Amino acid sequence: MLEIKNLHVSIEEKKIIKGLDLSINKGEVHALMGPNGSGKSTLSYVLSGKDKYEINDGTIDYNGKNLLELDVDERANEGLFLAFQYPMEIPGVQTSFFLKTAINSKRKYLGQSEMDALEFAKLMKSKAEELNISTEMLKRDLNVNYSGGEKKKQEILQMSMLSPKMAILDETDSGLDIDALRIVSEGVNKLRNNENSFLVITHYQRLLNYIKPDFVHIIADGKIVKSGDYSLALELEEKGYEEISQTA
Amino acid sequence: MAATEQTIKQVNTLGSSDYKYGFSTEVDEIRPPKGLNEEIIKFISAQKDEPEWMLEWRLNAFKVFNKLPKPQWAKLNIPEIDYQDCYYYSIPKSLKDKPKSLDEIDPEILKTYEKLGIPLKEQKILSGIAVDAVFDSVSVATTYKKQLSDLGIVFCSISEAVKTHPELVKKYLGSVIPVSDHSFAALNSAVFTDGSFIYIPEGVRCPVELSTYFRINAMNTGQFERTLIIADKDSYVSYLEGCTAPMRDENQLHAANVELVALDNAEIKYSTVQNWYPGDKEGKGGIYNFVTKRGACRGKNSKISWTQVETGSAITWKYPSCILQGDNSKGEFYSVAITNNMQQADTGTKMIHIGKNTSSKIISKGISAGKANNTYRGLVNILSKAKNARNFTQCDSLLIGNQCGAHTVPYIESSNSDSMVEHEATTSKINEDQLFYCQQRGLNSEDAVGLIVNGFCKEVLQHLPMEFAVEAQKLVAISLEGSVG
Repeated sequence: MLEIKNLHVSIEEKKIIKGLDLSINKGEVHALMGPNGSGKSTLSYVLSGKDKYEINDGTIDYNGKNLLELDVDERANEGLFLAFQYPMEIPGVQTSFFLKTAINSKRKYLGQSEMDALEFAKLMKSKAEELNISTEMLKRDLNVNYSGGEKKKQEILQMSMLSPKMAILDETDSGLDIDALRIVSEGVNKLRNNENSFLVITHYQRLLNYIKPDFVHIIADGKIVKSGDYSLALELEEKGYEEISQTA
Repeated sequence: MAATEQTIKQVNTLGSSDYKYGFSTEVDEIRPPKGLNEEIIKFISAQKDEPEWMLEWRLNAFKVFNKLPKPQWAKLNIPEIDYQDCYYYSIPKSLKDKPKSLDEIDPEILKTYEKLGIPLKEQKILSGIAVDAVFDSVSVATTYKKQLSDLGIVFCSISEAVKTHPELVKKYLGSVIPVSDHSFAALNSAVFTDGSFIYIPEGVRCPVELSTYFRINAMNTGQFERTLIIADKDSYVSYLEGCTAPMRDENQLHAANVELVALDNAEIKYSTVQNWYPGDKEGKGGIYNFVTKRGACRGKNSKISWTQVETGSAITWKYPSCILQGDNSKGEFYSVAITNNMQQADTGTKMIHIGKNTSSKIISKGISAGKANNTYRGLVNILSKAKNARNFTQCDSLLIGNQCGAHTVPYIESSNSDSMVEHEATTSKINEDQLFYCQQRGLNSEDAVGLIVNGFCKEVLQHLPMEFAVEAQKLVAISLEGSVG
């Protein structure tokens, strides 16, 4: 699915990612944990194609394609999804309209016809119910005056409606209370299958109690310093980043 | 609905990604020589078989025009206009003898309107919208006439109204925009060619949208639209106009005068979707759109609401205004003005509060991209008799890129201590993070800009009649194509 080799990234001359390797296969859930400033969010932006980041070295293969050559929207329409740490507000654009536009952009890219209005309404309703999102909220402007938790739920709703192949969750757990965390995690778990993959970026082990990863990676200073299974997350919780990074 | 969907489909199928109405139609024209003089005015009047009083009115306006300087207040770079190097009248030969039915109209002209999404043939006419189609200097056809006349509503070309309803024309023409207002107003009064005339009788609520579609086709020809709408006591009408022109290298002039009169308890809702050819990326060609639109709320409790979506034209100079004479009368102005590439717009409104308890609301959204300049210019004037007058103004500007300009020039004059005037203004740049967010959801950069800008304009667009709102949204997106990336 995703093969990152020797990735080096800088922003405005400052080196952020310094030789990162990561391989994610179909059906796998990987967790990426690390302290502030270790390069976690940079990786999510580089994968989704945000500009301003300079790729100094390395390759990223995504399902046989050179990911770095694809535009932001091409990556999205090829099934790469980023659940944002800070979802953007778009005033004047109704949430449901935004969802419809996103779905139809993907269908257009794939050479399919637009989704029928009724089919769309049904899909949105069922997915929103799963996430405990009210229909009233779908009528509001996208993310405008949403609480932090509502914004994160909205990201997961978009994800479940677009059913991506490769989903990156960038600190989706931050700002969530315990109920919202459970609902969001259930939403993610429902999507998991043998065909798609997840990269879950987080500070805390807490989220991984709900979304059980197949692999856990610890990133420090732009590199993956340790990889393991779920038990690594528990070890991390106990010892802290500093000790784990040093022993690596 | 049909109208707009068809228009959109037409727009989409016309291919070229830039200006999608840029085709021209091959028709034989009747055109007097270039130049502006009394002979030309007499020619126009004779072509229209006008009564003597109308010709006198025109000739008087021409005398006034010759004495007036060009208005200078706008922040626009307007090249010197050579009025002698322009044709003032052009009509397709086939329309000279006033076709009695659509079967007699040149099929090329009918095709033009079909291409634009405005079919005129009986079996295809748009449901819920009566259309008057103006081609260069003449009205081609007006649909739904019979149904409207059963209600006593008059909806015809102004040329026809001069002959059929001279008493109304004499009473109201020039009563809102005096001939001597400024030189474009005087010029229009001297050489106006066609436009619509609407009279809604007392107590009648017009059941359909009335609409005019203006098309400039002939080269080097000015279009001088004249529209007059009168809503008698307790009546209501919603009117909308659309405008397009072929792509041509030289500039063309569209100088319009539109007058609205609302009597006691009457309401007029006037919407414009202006998409004249804007010129090419280097600023070559395009329409000079010098428009004077003014409504008089003469009666008590009357209301006039202007909604405009201005996306086209090389230069837009336009200030749809309300004179709030009647007590408790209301004026509204909702505007979206988009300028891209080398386009210039100086647009806004004047709200003149005269009567007691009059209120006005101004919502203006200016979007500027490329090297374009976009100015909001507005006047809120509260006279001493206007006890308890209220105004709320909100002007928002959005910049795309770093070579364009947005300017806000509000004038507020209040001679009354009971009045309350509020003004809010914002200027912002299109947010890169918003664009990235939309693109991460699969929208290409142009669709992303379209979506965000449409959101920015929503407060205005929602005031358009449903049928036109969808078209306007597409237009907003199309007119910003190429502005990012």
